[in-house]
Amino acid sequence: MASIGVPIGDFISEEETGIERPTPLPGARKRRRRFSVWRFIVLFVAGAYFLIPIVAGLKFSLQDIGGHFSFQAIQNLPSAPGFSGAFWLSMRLAIVTLVVSTLLMVPTTIYVHLRLPRMRRLMEFITILPIVIPPIVIIAGILPAAPLWAKSSPYLLSFLYVILSMPFIYRSLDAGLSAIDLKTLVEAARSLGASWIRTLTQVILPNLRPALLSAMVLTLALVLGEFTMASLDLWTTIPVWIVQFNTATSGHVQTAASMLGLIGTWVFLTIIVSIDRSESRKSRRKTGTL
Amino acid sequence: MTNVNEVATSLPLTHARPASGSRVELDQLVRVYGSVRALDGFSLTIEPGEFVALLGPSGCGKTTVLRQIAGFEQLDSGRVLVNGQDLSNVSAQKRDMGMVFQSYSLFPNMNAINNVAFGLRMRHQRSSQRLAKAAEVLEMVGLSDQAKKYPHQMSGGQQQRVALARALAIEPQVLLLDEPLSALDAKVRAELRDQIRMLQKRLSITTIFVTHDQEEALSMADRVCVMSKGRIEQMATPAVLYRHPNTAFVAQFVGVSSRVPTLYRGGNVDIFGQSCVVRGDERLSDGAEVDAILRPEDLSIEPDPHGVGFVTHKSFLGATTRLVVQVRETPVRIDVRSDQGEELELGAHVNVKVISRDVLVAPRVVSDAGSVNP
Repeated sequence: MASIGVPIGDFISEEETGIERPTPLPGARKRRRRFSVWRFIVLFVAGAYFLIPIVAGLKFSLQDIGGHFSFQAIQNLPSAPGFSGAFWLSMRLAIVTLVVSTLLMVPTTIYVHLRLPRMRRLMEFITILPIVIPPIVIIAGILPAAPLWAKSSPYLLSFLYVILSMPFIYRSLDAGLSAIDLKTLVEAARSLGASWIRTLTQVILPNLRPALLSAMVLTLALVLGEFTMASLDLWTTIPVWIVQFNTATSGHVQTAASMLGLIGTWVFLTIIVSIDRSESRKSRRKTGTL
Repeated sequence: MTNVNEVATSLPLTHARPASGSRVELDQLVRVYGSVRALDGFSLTIEPGEFVALLGPSGCGKTTVLRQIAGFEQLDSGRVLVNGQDLSNVSAQKRDMGMVFQSYSLFPNMNAINNVAFGLRMRHQRSSQRLAKAAEVLEMVGLSDQAKKYPHQMSGGQQQRVALARALAIEPQVLLLDEPLSALDAKVRAELRDQIRMLQKRLSITTIFVTHDQEEALSMADRVCVMSKGRIEQMATPAVLYRHPNTAFVAQFVGVSSRVPTLYRGGNVDIFGQSCVVRGDERLSDGAEVDAILRPEDLSIEPDPHGVGFVTHKSFLGATTRLVVQVRETPVRIDVRSDQGEELELGAHVNVKVISRDVLVAPRVVSDAGSVNP
């Protein structure tokens, strides 16, 4: 079981314990300083690598054509031709993808852990294939084979996104399930009279919540950013709209759309994590809920 | 600090099953994993309210028996009957068995009281009723002050006590204990061992306890079932098992024993020049090479500078001291009073005498002489 405690030494002072902490040797002190300098450099470089494009994008989206600070690009975004349609399509696809992925992958991963642990390697291999096979190959293979009714529906994309999100979902769930003694918990619940559904909903899923949430956030980010498949399937999702939208001020509006997408994902992530935390807190406060 | 055993005996358990437990019959259980027969025609009857320990080395099938009773695994053949009802094809959910596992099996997302109340919730009891019951059972195991704590906030011993309370709260037909003490430190283990036994006696609940620790089995169980290779070697009370093992395996597995090579002649064997009667009706031919199996208390020593043996190890055990005495090629373990043991130096010569009325013999096992762990 993972320890959540803080080292006792952090709470108890030397005066309280009467134990003197050994003075570090000068060489060790120097090594530690050098190490913390390197740590700072690595942090700075990594931070710059991630933050510079985002800050630049934000700055550009908050400028008008003359380069002055302005919210015009953001204000123009909802009324931009095709934006709202693309936005709602992306949202619908994201929701369908999340639901299908969860319904497919959660029971499958649990089943593999419980009944077919030897198949975990094979599952890892299968779920990594969408990363190895480029999306363009998948869509180029599926489109000619898909029936017309499927091709004419945008939700075909959702099923393709389910395939794309498999590596992230499987790995998150696999890590979450490995962190708990699944077999014992299931057997304990069953011996106490719980059905499979109640075992799943009241014992497994609550303990799998962090893994499930991270899987969902990764899937959402993937769906909101996917371009190749949507473009080839001729559906205008947000990424496709960003590429297609072209007016005199389009550069600023497109960047504003990208930034909003990014911020939207962050907001969504924050909301999910907050809900999770408040639910955990609530369930801990309530001891008479059963 | 509250003495949990006092709490366990003093509290009324209003929901305790008044009947004297359930009768469990295991009829010719067979379970095969690939080429391994984990259970090979295993049959056993456990009387209502009885505490039976399944004892044996790793891989002997004891946990498999428990899992079959709990319904976690399918039988290849055989029947599990509780009060005459065949449960072989009944799912674990509907078997009404309380189980305590070796690993801590509390639900991490629930606090202690909700863990205990979980089984009652599955039985659709009303919230107030099940919480009252859960609180009562928690008090019975001496953990009423830990009711709101989550598993990660409790020690291993506390977690196992909550797990025991959770199993008892549903008033199971049979209580199944799968090495519940093995992950605990010695002091907590001894305390919980007493508490389990006390509760079991008080509730008269039929209990099956799996362990590889002979001390646990002998001290807790009404009867001990020694298993080997998916079969019962011997089923008896702890005293009978220790004093009258039916087989060499039981003699070696239960308690401490030494093997002394000798020859069988007309119902007797010669041990260190002393003729001893062979226990039981061993069908051996005269002159057969056998090992006499001797408990440390079956032997005594007399210090003698010209004695045939000499002391090679001494282990202080409190009231007694265990000696390892090398007699010719054979090391034997002998328990003596500690004051007598203190007087003997390592290397001191002694004479060894068999003091038991009869001895158990087994076919000769060839092994490296001289290596014995005191």
